[in-house]
Amino acid sequence: MLSEITVLFRRLRTWAMIGALALIPVLIAVVVRVSSDGSGSGRGPAFLNSITQNGLFVSLTALTVAIPLFLPLTIGVVAGDTIAGEANLGTLRYLLVAPAGRIRLLLVKYAGAALFCFVATLTVVVTGGIIGALLFPVGPVTLLSGDTVGIAGYFVRLLLLALYVTVSLLGLSAIGLFISTLTTIPVGAMAATAALAAVAQILGALPQLEWLHPWLFTNYWLGFADLLREPIVWTSFADNALLQAGYIAVFGTLAYGRFSTKDILS
Amino acid sequence: MTIRPPEESALPVRTPRVNMASLAIQTHGLTKVFGKQAVVGGIDLAVPSGTVFGFLGPNGSGKTTTIRMLLGLAAASSGEINLLDGVMPRDARAVLPRVGALVEGPAIYPFLSGRANLQRFDAADRHTSPSTRNARVDAALERVGLGHAATKRAHAYSLGMKQRLGIANALLAPRELLILDEPTNGLDPQGTREVRNLIKSLSDDGTTIFVSSHLLAEVEQMCSMVAVMSAGRLVAQGTLDELRSEGIARVRVTTPDHVEARRVLAGLGLDTETHGRDDVVTAELSVPGLLPETVNAALVRADVRVRGFETSGASLEDRFVALTGEGFDVAG
Ligand SMILES: Nc1ncnc2c1ncn2[C@@H]1O[C@H](COP(=O)(O)OP(=O)(O)OP(=O)(O)O)[C@@H](O)[C@H]1O
Ligand SMILES: [Mg+2]
Repeated sequence: MLSEITVLFRRLRTWAMIGALALIPVLIAVVVRVSSDGSGSGRGPAFLNSITQNGLFVSLTALTVAIPLFLPLTIGVVAGDTIAGEANLGTLRYLLVAPAGRIRLLLVKYAGAALFCFVATLTVVVTGGIIGALLFPVGPVTLLSGDTVGIAGYFVRLLLLALYVTVSLLGLSAIGLFISTLTTIPVGAMAATAALAAVAQILGALPQLEWLHPWLFTNYWLGFADLLREPIVWTSFADNALLQAGYIAVFGTLAYGRFSTKDILS
Repeated sequence: MTIRPPEESALPVRTPRVNMASLAIQTHGLTKVFGKQAVVGGIDLAVPSGTVFGFLGPNGSGKTTTIRMLLGLAAASSGEINLLDGVMPRDARAVLPRVGALVEGPAIYPFLSGRANLQRFDAADRHTSPSTRNARVDAALERVGLGHAATKRAHAYSLGMKQRLGIANALLAPRELLILDEPTNGLDPQGTREVRNLIKSLSDDGTTIFVSSHLLAEVEQMCSMVAVMSAGRLVAQGTLDELRSEGIARVRVTTPDHVEARRVLAGLGLDTETHGRDDVVTAELSVPGLLPETVNAALVRADVRVRGFETSGASLEDRFVALTGEGFDVAG
């Protein structure tokens, strides 16, 4: 496990992705700062507007921007690479004759991807917090329910938010892991995983497919608003967790079914 | 020793069931089918413990596929595999830690150093001791002559350096069995010799070594036993001497009367071969029961002035070609 984490985080690619994610809040903050000089408010999404009133909102805005595209993309890269990447390098055969054990390898690979989800999300939140504090006034924050919490309280909520988004991405990671067992071409698995995330979101936006929506792994991706109420409403967190657990179970089983008997010919 | 001409080999060789403990590798009817093609067609390998066993065969004859099955990387379509004291793939967890392997060349993480690569593979086995890891990794690197390049990123390794790294990976722990698929591929002459010496010294320590190759000269120098694959079948298995003695001996006559000599040899039923030199006549002793001395006597009787007369056993190469066919094209 430790070895898996070291390998993941010794890759330049991993850091490039984390760097790109960190850039999102920075970009948002700088753009808003530059364009909002003077005028107190303007057009634009509600979140973006509130940044200028409170720097702590940068994290939230950045997450909202990152969730539909950037996060799934990076998760797609990491999860799609898990098995296919090793197969492509040929290192998979040496891991297996070591022997790493096929189930154990899958578990470790999945844990690595899950950890990356958390680090990626946290990166957005933390850089957002820092850059927000640097460029904008920081103070007690008004929540969606109208209540006000102090900075400490807000940080707790941000952390919860990061957790929520991490959990949101676990289903996608499991899908990526499964796809990764199907091929020896990592780019294919990465692209397929990221594309699925896009497809799910498009389906989720079609009102004609209402019946399908509760089953989409993307269904609760933007449902973190409940964490910004007082008192916190946990239902969406719980529903999301349950849905993601379902995806993990299904695609984890599929990945196991595929990988445990697969001929390693690369 | 079972040597059969290729056409007969459609029938699987039945090796006598030897005491299990004395065999490091044993297979029965091991078969792998890809699509419709039997890439490995029911082979019965028997590799005695403690030997250096050469696994020969032309390109595409199924050596690597066999090795993949031995190591549990690919499932056999049918047949049984005993590896050390276990049955593969059922006992992979107990057996594989005692087996070092190089399969189809080395594989590396290009973004890691040579040392970090080995540390990674070592850590993949949950039972290796992390406290001795660094020492074992460095010892393995030292053993293959990569001590100085240990911290270099592996993507900057040359072909031979990667190959050495692959061999080092097989040596991370003391092993009872080494399965090496073309270990000297890409190595320079020094490296090749080092690998030979390495195999010899490991063998002296009691390690069984199963080495696939098509470099016959190398096999002749390293191995005491060999098996020959051809188009997925095992066409021969036994000691090197047995294999060579099964071959057809040759005669080589040096004489100024080469026309007459050819006539005499042809009269004995031999096909003479032409060479660049006019005064040398060679032929395979392909007639059963025909002894070299009989040939010589016939030459002398015919007043052929014999300046030199040599006989030689079949070379491994001759045997190999005889067993696996002349054609250059790989069997599809
Ligand atoms: N993944 C695969 N799918 C289909 N056929 C395969 C696959 N891998 C190998 N083969 C076929 O199996 C046969 C044996 O291949 P193998 O790699 O075992 O040969 P080899 O004896 O190791 O050859 P070489 O000396 O070139 O390494 C070949 O005909 C090859 O085309
Ligand atoms: Mg091969």
